[in-house]
Amino acid sequence: MSPEHGAAVATALTNYVFPNDLHVHWSLMIVLYPYITGIVAGAFIVSSLYHVFHIKSLKPVSRYALVFALAFLAFATAPLLNHLGHPERAMNMMLTPSPTSAMAGFGYIYSAYAVVLILEILFIYRPTLVALKKKARGGMKLLYGILTMGSDNLSPEALRVDHKITAFLAAIGIPMACTLHGYVGFIFGGVKANPMWATPLMPVIFLLSASVSGIAGIILSYVVIRRYTNKPIDMDCVRTLIKFLWGCFILDFVFEMLELFSHAYMATHHWEALRDLYLGPLYWSFIVAQVGIFSVIPFIALGILSLVKLSDRFVMKWGSVLSAMILIQVLLMRWNVVIGGQLMSKSERGHAVFHPGFFTKEGIVVSIIIMTLPVVFLWLLSKVFPFWLDDDPAVERQSA
Amino acid sequence: MMKGIEQEISRDRRAFIKKVLGGTIAGSLLLVIPAGAMELDRIPEQIPGMRKEKGPFITGRKFAFIVDITRCIGCGSCCVADKNEYKVPDGNYRTWVERYVIDDHDNVYVDSPNGGLDGYQEPRRDLPHPVRDTFFVPKLCNMCEHPSCVQVCPVGATFQTEDGFVLIDYKRCVGCGYCVQACPYSVRFINPETKTADKCTWCYHRVRKGLLPACVNVCPVQARKFGDLNDHESEVYKILHQPHVISVLKPDMGNKPSLHYVGLRREVV
Repeated sequence: MSPEHGAAVATALTNYVFPNDLHVHWSLMIVLYPYITGIVAGAFIVSSLYHVFHIKSLKPVSRYALVFALAFLAFATAPLLNHLGHPERAMNMMLTPSPTSAMAGFGYIYSAYAVVLILEILFIYRPTLVALKKKARGGMKLLYGILTMGSDNLSPEALRVDHKITAFLAAIGIPMACTLHGYVGFIFGGVKANPMWATPLMPVIFLLSASVSGIAGIILSYVVIRRYTNKPIDMDCVRTLIKFLWGCFILDFVFEMLELFSHAYMATHHWEALRDLYLGPLYWSFIVAQVGIFSVIPFIALGILSLVKLSDRFVMKWGSVLSAMILIQVLLMRWNVVIGGQLMSKSERGHAVFHPGFFTKEGIVVSIIIMTLPVVFLWLLSKVFPFWLDDDPAVERQSA
Repeated sequence: MMKGIEQEISRDRRAFIKKVLGGTIAGSLLLVIPAGAMELDRIPEQIPGMRKEKGPFITGRKFAFIVDITRCIGCGSCCVADKNEYKVPDGNYRTWVERYVIDDHDNVYVDSPNGGLDGYQEPRRDLPHPVRDTFFVPKLCNMCEHPSCVQVCPVGATFQTEDGFVLIDYKRCVGCGYCVQACPYSVRFINPETKTADKCTWCYHRVRKGLLPACVNVCPVQARKFGDLNDHESEVYKILHQPHVISVLKPDMGNKPSLHYVGLRREVV
């Protein structure tokens, strides 16, 4: 037996997983949960770039980004509820929370953020909703009546108050969006028993990846919806979004690699198990897919799109493709963190295996349905809240 | 005459069969009727003074569990007793026994087929080098003084009693699995039948009645020991206060387990 062969045999034989670690309890649902909340937080940040930081070129998507965030926010808890063993007890998390639990705060942070987001949308859209209410009949008139909170007052003074309220909400919305997703990262980062998760960088990485997934979602959906509805695409807006996407992705990718590098450089007693995890079960999904294809290519290509003078058509086409790649990158990152972290047994001597089921309760089909629901809801919301200023009956009044 | 003898024999047979049947039925009934239905006092108290305890929680006691690695023979009796006590669904383990084998190249091989439930009846024959050392390590809940599971449970379903037990309220548990992720020792699982978290309780229900945990009771070599550290006559107190080689699992986690190991080796995780 050659020494190499002997070593390989020994490695295979030393693969020991604690008997209870053979089950991967946090399945695809827990992959989708931070993915969806990340998109919410990222989309809100896009809106705030206009409303708070006055990046004027983002005006065309500033309202759309909020509605987009709401569509995803509405389904952020869907995978969680599907995952719980006893979803009928889910409200216990808010009624009798344990103050020491990193998970118990989610209900409050999520609800508070939902209130801020909904109020922000209602106040920003109020002139539009008032105008639509006047035109609407029957059920829609009633709906707009509720959404305008019974006030048709569009006097300059009323609008000035509205503006103050929206500016305030957007301003507190930014720290809340950051808290929402940084906190989701901490739910993982606070698990000291899991050396892959337990790093102070985890909330940072989650927050940065949330930003890029939100911006990418806005770019892709803006271009697709505008093209599909034969409306002109504001290239200044798209180019600005691409620059922000690139900027955030630089930080995101660098921090993701720094985290890996720190583990490798410090090489504590965990590193051997972590290295085997990255080079073994996660080789294709992490090294090849997440890093090699869906990070390195957009990292370089987004830089080219941001810095080189290129035609509108080219930027629009490749901006969309790269945004789709970024969305896949973030989904892969969620998979590699959530599933990958559980594959490494706490025996630190071996890895479990996980293949998601297709038709199972938390399987691939259900995951696809859950990811489709926000898109369907977004379409429904478009019937109530006009996404674009060129569809808006109140736009002339506003600009006047 | 002959006929008379045959009659006598057959009458004896009938009587014999009746007696056997009667005995079998009575014996079966004794097995079927749960121990609680009988007077508990008829079972000797195994933890002194426990039956005088009043109130919902045991007070003034500090329980500890000791596993003596130098004694364990890997028979799997403890695992069988545990599975019977709790009807643990297959593939999940409240306790298990690991087999460590170290070869003369210092490779460490660990296995625990079916959690050691079937006992280790055959030595490992699949190793490339001669074996230098081998031993068994039973695992169970560490009942930490600073339990990660209690810290992370979002609804307080996992809690710590005053006497140091970490227990689960199965009627409150939402089945989120956060405690399963947080336990450094992987003693927790989501019970596929109850859909809640589950784990070893050190047989709290037995201890409350003055009985030793089921696994301690059946261990044929006394590798598992349980008792009250406030009782200076208890075996666990004596072991922990004598010059033994004693350690806990993953001490750097900071959880301060109440499960101690005699003869714990550095290879054990």
